[in-house]
Amino acid sequence: MIHFVVHEEGDGVGVVVVEGVKAGQSLSGWIMEDDKDIEVSAKSDIPIGHKVALRDYKPGDTVIKYGVDIGKVVAPIRKGEHLHVHNVKTKRW
Amino acid sequence: MKMQDLSKASFFGFKRENGRVGVRNHVLILPVDDLSNAAAQAVENNIKGTMALPHPYGRLQFGADLDLHFRTLIGTGANPNVAAVVVICIENGWAKKVADGIAATGKPVAYFGIEQHGDHDTIMRASKAAKEFVQWASELRREERPLKDLWVSTKCGESDTTSGCGANPTVGNAFDKLYPHGVTLVFGETTELTGGEHLVAERCRNDEVRKKFQFVFDRYQQVIDRHKTSDLMDSQPTKGNIEGGLTTIEEKALGNIQKIGRKCMVDGVLDKAEAPTGPGLWFMDSSSAAAEMVTLCAAAGYVVHFFPTGQGNVIGNPILPVIKLCANPRTVRTMSEHIDVDVTGLLRKELNPDQAGDKLLECMFKTANGRLTAAEALGHREFVLTRLYESA
Repeated sequence: MIHFVVHEEGDGVGVVVVEGVKAGQSLSGWIMEDDKDIEVSAKSDIPIGHKVALRDYKPGDTVIKYGVDIGKVVAPIRKGEHLHVHNVKTKRW
Repeated sequence: MKMQDLSKASFFGFKRENGRVGVRNHVLILPVDDLSNAAAQAVENNIKGTMALPHPYGRLQFGADLDLHFRTLIGTGANPNVAAVVVICIENGWAKKVADGIAATGKPVAYFGIEQHGDHDTIMRASKAAKEFVQWASELRREERPLKDLWVSTKCGESDTTSGCGANPTVGNAFDKLYPHGVTLVFGETTELTGGEHLVAERCRNDEVRKKFQFVFDRYQQVIDRHKTSDLMDSQPTKGNIEGGLTTIEEKALGNIQKIGRKCMVDGVLDKAEAPTGPGLWFMDSSSAAAEMVTLCAAAGYVVHFFPTGQGNVIGNPILPVIKLCANPRTVRTMSEHIDVDVTGLLRKELNPDQAGDKLLECMFKTANGRLTAAEALGHREFVLTRLYESA
C-alpha cells in the first residue's frame, strides 16, 4: 500500500495519496523517479493531496520538491508533520 | 494503441476548405458584442443544430484589447471544428469585419447588423441563413486523415499535488509521443510557470525563442507586481489548489510544467489567440484561468484539448472538445461524471506513465473520431474572452 509519493530522491516532502491519514500512523512511501521505498511516521492528520515533511525544518529553510525550490519555511516543522500554507510561503510575489 | 503505431495513426475528421481538419461540425451563431446576444440566442432556438456563443464584451474596446477581441472571435469562427458561421452585430461594419476574417478560410459565413432592422427582422434573416448552413453542414462527411492533421492544446485546472505526480505527467507522456509525428501542440499559463520558468527557458528550441519566452514571462510578472495587494494566495494558487494541498505558486508551477513532457522542445511563442505557423510545441502567452485559456486555444485553431485536473474543474468549451484526466482517487469517486480518463492507478503503481499516456491517446483518438467528451455531454460551453484593460 502506497500512502505517499515523493517525486525524486532528495525532496524534503511527500504527497499523501490516500484518504484518512492519522497522526501516529506508519506511512509507506514511493520515490517515483528512483523507484525506491521510504517510510515515515505521521505526526499530524494529513488530508489526501497534502504534504508530509520528510525532515525537520526551521524558519528560513528552503523546501525542495521535484528537486527545485518551492518556498520558504515560516514556522518550525518536524519530520512527519503536515507541511502546508500554515508553515511554508512563496518566495515570489 | 502503442507508441510505435503512431507513425501510421489516423483519425476521421472534417477536412475544411483551407485544408485544416476539424473533429466537430458546428454551425455557430456568433455575436460580435453583448447587445447581439439576444438575437443570436433566438436564432439558435429557431434553428436546431446551431450553437450561439453569447459573451459580455465588444463595445468601446480599443487598441490591443480590441485587436484581441476580433482575433478571438475570428479565430473561433475560423476553427476547423466549425463548418459555417452566422455573425450578428449591433451594426454592419464590425459584423462584416468579423465575417470577412472568418470567410478567409473559405467556409460559408453570413453577417447581419441589427440597426435599421431591429431584433425581429434580424432574427428572421439570420435564421434563414442558419437553416441553409445547418442543412448543408449535415451532409458533410468525415474522412480518414493522418495524425499530423490534429492540433492538440493543453491547460490544467483546479490542480492539486496529484496533478503534478499523475495527470500532468500523463499529458507530458502523450505530448512526447505526439511531437515526433508532426502534431501541432500548445501550452501556456504564463504566470503559472513562476518558479519553474528556468525549466521552460531551457527547453526553448533556440536563443530567439528563449528571448521571446523570457520577454512575455517578465512582462506578465510586471502586471502582477503592478496590481497585487498580497502574495496572491487564494487567487494563484487558487482556494481549490490550496484545499488540494498545493502550498505555493512555485510548487504549482513545477507540477504544471510536467505537461510538456521530457523530450519535446518549445518551438515558438504565440500571442493570445494567435495561430501557430507550423507543427511542434508552442507556448501561448495567456492567463491561467481555465475558460480564458481554453477559449484562446480554440481561437488559435486547436481541435482537441487535454485538461488534467486534481480537485475537479468542470470546464468545457463550445467548439473545442475538452478531455479531462485525473489522478486523485477522491475526485474520480465524487465527480466521476466529469472525468474522461482515470489515471489514479499511477499513484498505486498499477499503471506506469507509458500506459497512462497511451490511455489518454486512446481517448484522444476516440474523441477526434466523434465520441463526445464528458464536458460536451454535460453541456459545458464556457466561452470566455480575455480582456487586457478597461473599455474607453
